[in-house]
Amino acid sequence: MTGIEDAALLAVVAIGSALGASALPRASWPRRCPAAAILLWQALGLASGLAAVGTMIGLALPASQGGLVLSMLRAAGLLRDGELFGLARWFGLSQADGAPLVLVAVRLACLAAGLALLVSLCWVLLAASVAALQARRRQRALLTLLAHGDPKVPGALVVDHPSAAAYCLPGLRSRSRIVVSVGALELLGRGELAAVLAHERAHLRERHDLVLLPFTALRRAFPKSATCTGAQRAVALLVEMLADDRALRGGPARELVSALVRFGTAGTCPAPAGALAVAEGSEGEVAARVTRLLQPARPLPAVAVTAVCLAAALLVAAPVTLLIV
Amino acid sequence: MTTVNRLGELERAIMDVLWDTDTSLTVREVSARLTERNLAHTTVMTVLDRLAKKGFARRERDGRAWRYCPAATRETYVTELMLTALDQTGDRTAALTRFAQSVTGVEAEVLRDALEVIEGSGEGDDGN
Repeated sequence: MTGIEDAALLAVVAIGSALGASALPRASWPRRCPAAAILLWQALGLASGLAAVGTMIGLALPASQGGLVLSMLRAAGLLRDGELFGLARWFGLSQADGAPLVLVAVRLACLAAGLALLVSLCWVLLAASVAALQARRRQRALLTLLAHGDPKVPGALVVDHPSAAAYCLPGLRSRSRIVVSVGALELLGRGELAAVLAHERAHLRERHDLVLLPFTALRRAFPKSATCTGAQRAVALLVEMLADDRALRGGPARELVSALVRFGTAGTCPAPAGALAVAEGSEGEVAARVTRLLQPARPLPAVAVTAVCLAAALLVAAPVTLLIV
Repeated sequence: MTTVNRLGELERAIMDVLWDTDTSLTVREVSARLTERNLAHTTVMTVLDRLAKKGFARRERDGRAWRYCPAATRETYVTELMLTALDQTGDRTAALTRFAQSVTGVEAEVLRDALEVIEGSGEGDDGN
């Protein structure tokens, strides 16, 4: 298969994934099976990234050289042997074979763009991970100095602050923390607190933070992209719904719903003017969770769940196959 | 108790001493104010040093000894913790997951109505 054909197929995958990612937030089935929907989101993200990088590198490669990965390995071999001229010729990046200068320039630009995209995607993910780890370390250090236990919330740390807050700090088992403010303790009853703790424990146990991290990273990297923002918000909501479902196993939905409502309507601490604008991203999310808990929709049938998982697998398999073979 | 927990407890106890005192303190003065009296001088010194390195305590030379004081008030740190928790720093890191965000306007009204409906139908709430 030629580089151009590979590139064309990969471009189809990339564009298809991007279209899928912009349409998925409007679908209503994801809240009937958050786990399957999250899997599909991950597949869409991975496939579009791989395919976009693959498209550009594919355009840069000469014809009939095998898969992109093999070609890159061969190129790396030439590079290692210091045969820069041979490398350039092999890439079609020299005029020795009579390739027109324009074509050489286009190929070079495509190669540079593909590699730049790959590096920047990896960088964005790495930077977000490091930022999250640093913020968590700071939080843990502060909690060590400030938080205390409370028999009302076994296993959680309590911070003396009047506004209502409950959150979890993910990490390895010994480093993860559930934090509740005194305001939340005063706001909620015993059953409601138990529901909140069950919800947060589900986040920690299933490492939902790792699911969310790449989407948050993309949103931070492309704050103007409606697709990235939509994807991050959709996945964040699905992760909350998943944790809500887990919390329901331990207690009645009523406690979880009233905890959600009390939290949502409690207002926040007197933050500096303008800081509240950040809450804009939460529009409708608490209401969506409450509605879902009060009027549970029929769970997605097993056939549909299988179809979604299969679609996710195919979506990732397509660019991977094109890149390797 | 694990070493890490033990160290955390000490850091916390020593910060409490620093926060509860208006002036800066030497290692000896900190030791004297701790409820746990049989701590080695070097242990207290090490923990104070750690706190200074982490930026929670500030130290200044006083003759041959160091004097320590808190870098910021307890309230400042609680506020920092809560601002991050409530996502009001404007810094959207993936560091933590909140239980629920605060809502406003129409959504809040809808939620309050929903709560009334639940409370009306519930067989008595336990707590509150």
